[in-house]
Amino acid sequence: MRHFIRRTGFFLVTLWAALTINFLLPRLMPGNPAVAMMARFHGHLNGGAIRAMEIAFGVNTKASLLSQYFTYLGNCFTGHWGISLTFFPSSVSSVVLAALPWTIALVGVTTVLAFVLGTLIGIIGAWNRGKLFDSVLPPIFIVLSAFPYFFLGLMAILLFSVKLGWFPTSGAYTNGVTPAFNWSYISDVLQHAVLPGLTILVTSIGGWILTMRNNMIGTLSEDYIRMARAKGLSSRLVMFNYAARNAILPNLTGFGMSLGFVVSGAILVEYVFAYPGVGYMLLQAVVNEDYPLMQTLFLFVTVAVLLAVLIADGVVSLLDPRARSTK
Amino acid sequence: MILEVNDLCVDYVSPQGTARAVDTVNFSLDAGEFLSIVGESGCGKSTLLFSIAQLLSPPAELVGGSVIFKGENLVTLDKNSLRAVRWRDLSVVMQSAMNALNPVLTIRAQFVDVMHAHGQKDDEESDKRFAEVLRLVGIDAVHLRSYAHQLSGGMRQRVMIAMALLLSPDLIIMDEPTSALDVVAQRSLMVQIKELQEKLGFAVIFVTHDISLVSNFSDKLIVMYAGSVVEDGPTREIFEHPSHPYTQGLLSAFPSIRGPKVRLKGIPGSPPSLTQLPAGCPFHPRCAYAMESCSTVRPPVTPVGDVKVRCLLFENAEVHVGSD
Amino acid sequence: MTAVLEVNGVPEKPDHVRQIRRGSLSNFWRALRSSKKAIVGSGILVVFTFLSLFPGLIAHDNPSAETYLPSLGTSSAHLLGTTSYGQDIYAQVIYGTRVSLIIAIVAGLLTTALSVIIGVSAAYLGGFADGVLSTITDIFLVLPAFPLMIVIAAYSKNGGFTIIIAVLVVTGWSYGARQLRSQALSLRNRDFLLAAQLRGERKWRIIVTEILPNMTSLIVASFLGAAVYAVLAAAGLQFIGLGSVNTDSWGTMLYWAQNNDALLTGSPLWAIVPGLGIGLMGGAFALLNYAFDEVNNPALRPVRRKAVSS
Repeated sequence: MRHFIRRTGFFLVTLWAALTINFLLPRLMPGNPAVAMMARFHGHLNGGAIRAMEIAFGVNTKASLLSQYFTYLGNCFTGHWGISLTFFPSSVSSVVLAALPWTIALVGVTTVLAFVLGTLIGIIGAWNRGKLFDSVLPPIFIVLSAFPYFFLGLMAILLFSVKLGWFPTSGAYTNGVTPAFNWSYISDVLQHAVLPGLTILVTSIGGWILTMRNNMIGTLSEDYIRMARAKGLSSRLVMFNYAARNAILPNLTGFGMSLGFVVSGAILVEYVFAYPGVGYMLLQAVVNEDYPLMQTLFLFVTVAVLLAVLIADGVVSLLDPRARSTK
Repeated sequence: MILEVNDLCVDYVSPQGTARAVDTVNFSLDAGEFLSIVGESGCGKSTLLFSIAQLLSPPAELVGGSVIFKGENLVTLDKNSLRAVRWRDLSVVMQSAMNALNPVLTIRAQFVDVMHAHGQKDDEESDKRFAEVLRLVGIDAVHLRSYAHQLSGGMRQRVMIAMALLLSPDLIIMDEPTSALDVVAQRSLMVQIKELQEKLGFAVIFVTHDISLVSNFSDKLIVMYAGSVVEDGPTREIFEHPSHPYTQGLLSAFPSIRGPKVRLKGIPGSPPSLTQLPAGCPFHPRCAYAMESCSTVRPPVTPVGDVKVRCLLFENAEVHVGSD
Repeated sequence: MTAVLEVNGVPEKPDHVRQIRRGSLSNFWRALRSSKKAIVGSGILVVFTFLSLFPGLIAHDNPSAETYLPSLGTSSAHLLGTTSYGQDIYAQVIYGTRVSLIIAIVAGLLTTALSVIIGVSAAYLGGFADGVLSTITDIFLVLPAFPLMIVIAAYSKNGGFTIIIAVLVVTGWSYGARQLRSQALSLRNRDFLLAAQLRGERKWRIIVTEILPNMTSLIVASFLGAAVYAVLAAAGLQFIGLGSVNTDSWGTMLYWAQNNDALLTGSPLWAIVPGLGIGLMGGAFALLNYAFDEVNNPALRPVRRKAVSS
């Protein structure tokens, strides 16, 4: 319990760090870049909104740094994230909330799938060490995982979209189709999701396979595995209940670390496929110098990562009794 | 005779070469007997133990010989029959219980695994059995709910012994089960093991590097050096009249509490690397009685009274009665 | 306990420390030489290094010169065709090697240096300083790196080379720092360090001459990992246009290719070849890392199975 509280505390500190970085960055850069951005807003917004942005970005304002900081924090927590330049006059919150479900669906599903499948393949690979399965797959995946996500995405488009015409090249659904809860819409969505989904899956699965395999190999040399064999337990039981359950623990703990890569991959894949999720919006914001949108998306991504790490931590506590005994 | 080991050979294959960890080992064991295997670290005794139980893993390989247990050759037995034999007739106690117990399962879960694997799915009946074996080793049944890391070292070791007794096996092999304990706990564990053995009637093969530990408890003794058995016979015999120079060296290396003060003698030199064994008798470079032939001829097994010795010193002293 | 030797009244370094460095280095070298992965990985890097140093020997065109007809297909004059701007793709790919390799190595070195400094200091200083440094490390570890990179790069419009490297280092040091800290912690309590302190060596000298040499394998592994990270992350940044778009690098090529819909308009090589380059370079570092791992941890080495005779 204490462990959980400590972890949550840490995440709050990290969130605070992210907020503060967001706050300080435009002010630290030479020639506050927000100035240029503000110029584009002038004439399109009323004075109150303009003043709010000035405070948020430290432009042109008489308020002290500290009071700017607290106003900024207050706005963040109350959902006043500003107006988006790219999608003017929509508010940042509306843009973000529209993009969020696409990303959660695409990235969430494929990441979990990659973890589960990768772990399984890693277990089987380690168990069948030296045989074909193990000597062929891991090296393939080391090389594959070294390729940038977006490159595989581009290749996939080239092969399956342009040359073979099996799947559409971009978007989450065909333009002009109205979203509805019927099969034609859903199948359209699924069709558009296959290539980006597969790209993420193929690139991220390699890491899981490798680490799980190496952990398993280490675990398999432990005495309690030999004991399990001595007890006459079936191979499958030994592999899963004794070996895998122990080998997966460092993997789960490392899950949080790997999320950084997952996020980066997701952003680029969304970009390549013009998939209207959080990553795509972030890049749009960058190109358009739409700092309010950019900042908020960065915070959202950070929160998502923190939540995922917290959940992974929780799962580890469930599986490892040693983590539960507070020391 | 419940166990007969014939010409057993085990090799370790590595990029640096092949090491013969167990070289043509022969011995037998009767029901209810307590046999100790003694030797320095790296002499092959643990490897021998695991090869008997068919628990070797790469790079160790069993390359020759047979292990006849209750009439069946474990080496050639098919996987399913081997699994049935495991634990039910032959169980294992390892050196470090902390490493031998699965850290993420409760003690009870690990006991249940054994029962289920051997077709006993009635958990209520099993619970009674669990309480019984724990009582035998002096542990409260409440610890069934504990995890390995929550128990003390001595308790963990006794839990392991309790687990070994679950299916009332005929033979329990133990790999230095007391090495991880302090001297006092060692002795109390040994006493307990001996009591259980006498009560329940199982045979024991006990591996240790500490020859003094087993002097009171063992019926038979096997001394190993560099992968070979150099002396094999009743414990009393060997203690009172050690034949092989190595055994003599081992026995003179620790003091007796009551005897006169004697200067302690160690054995000069160190054991050879198993990939580069000396020709002839592996002990000859360190042997005070080495003869010329010792560096070229590998000594055959020679009986000296009830004891079997691998030493050229005895070759001409007795008539060979034929190998058995 | 290791005994402290004295030669002529001056305390000598304990033998086993020397032996660690001498014996393990030659064993290590031998093992690395026989690893297929290491050979392939270093082979690729050697080729790339050559291309970086002497691009003019292989490619005869100026990569940025827009002198040719745009969007040509492959031919003997243009092995990979031309871009939409009339530049020779082959020349761009060859010259681009230099930028990508330099970024990988420089960013890798700087990242590792920072990781070593922070990780080892945290371990050695202990107490409050350790607490602070560790928390900072953990924060940077959890903060999503790529979005952070994007945000920083977005604010600093045309920084180009230096910004990319700075951003890579700022986001990449935390992983290595954590690993190095735990290894340094485990070394910290060993007896030979106590012996060094008793000899009167100063703290920083102890760190440099006693602790660091025992951590070389982890430091090299950190560098290789940082290099892989640098190659991929730099490519990603350049691809979305946040690197300086005027440099000849593979990532930038991809950026221009994507902006000109190379895949759809029939110049796919414009995108494929630089992408392959990135993958190969990253893969080479990754293979070296894997080989390194195997050499250090014999349990991971390839197993050769033989038939068991019974």
